[in-house]
Amino acid sequence: MEIDLIDPFWLAVIGTSVLAFLLKYLGHNVPKSWLSNPRILKINSLIPIALLSALVAVQSFTKDSRLIADQRLAGVGVAVLALILRAPFPVVVISAAATSAALFHLN
Amino acid sequence: MSRVNRATAAQSLSVSLTVGAYGVAFGAASVAAGFTVWQSCLLSLLTFTGASQFAVVGVLGAGGSAISGIATATLLGVRNTLYGLRMAPVLNVKGLRRIFAAQLTIDESTGVALSQEKIGLREMRQGFWLTGFGVFIFWNIFTLAGALGAQAMGDPAAWGLDAAVPAAFLGLLWPRLINKTDRFLAVAACALALAMTPYFVPGVPIISTALLAVFFGLRARVWK
Repeated sequence: MEIDLIDPFWLAVIGTSVLAFLLKYLGHNVPKSWLSNPRILKINSLIPIALLSALVAVQSFTKDSRLIADQRLAGVGVAVLALILRAPFPVVVISAAATSAALFHLN
Repeated sequence: MSRVNRATAAQSLSVSLTVGAYGVAFGAASVAAGFTVWQSCLLSLLTFTGASQFAVVGVLGAGGSAISGIATATLLGVRNTLYGLRMAPVLNVKGLRRIFAAQLTIDESTGVALSQEKIGLREMRQGFWLTGFGVFIFWNIFTLAGALGAQAMGDPAAWGLDAAVPAAFLGLLWPRLINKTDRFLAVAACALALAMTPYFVPGVPIISTALLAVFFGLRARVWK
């Protein structure tokens, strides 16, 4: 098995894994007082919201750096509806996939 | 090892199974984004923190560079440092065990451990280890299943996988939108990322929204 580090996919797998472990390990080894600043805690809780929202938007509305509305948008719209109705996670994902696939085949 | 509290074990198992099943969505998303089955499995074994894994495959799948994928995933992994900080005095382990404890430090293991706080320290430890190992096992099995399934499917769009991936993200995000600040930030982050998309290389618009989180974080204290 050849691992080519120049390949962006391998670089991403290894880089993400090494840094993810270091972040986890750091928490088990630093004194608590270092990271207990309330402002840092607040920002830390908001970062996932910003990044995940941006990912959802980019994956739903863009293609090749262009803004576009296609079958994915309808699928995500159905997912939003499912979430508002408090549907469990698998229902959210499958209803989105079914909607998008149906529209894909209609075109 | 002392006797295992039955309620703690039941909670750990149900969390492990439910969360582990998300692994199907990850395995499928990863292969749809262009990662191989083997690379997808390595991400689940080694990175082992769901949001970061979804982020790195999301960024590369959208055409982003490895660096912006790694950076986005790493920012999402920072919270595990804070979980480790909380769990270290509870677990009180050294050497190899500390390395295992670190790898298993995720939302779910920390969450179950903290929910046992009223019962006792022993149950907190049991909750952490049972949930950590449980999620690890199921998450990896289901990742393989999802990756193989997606590989067999062919064009991801024909199966609606291109909408299932953002829907899965949305499912992860939804429970975090608790107050007005959270919701406003979510909308602002969508708007900023979309506005930047035509003008920046893929990946940059996503990671730029971390600055919005910093801005909102600084403002949030003023509002209190």
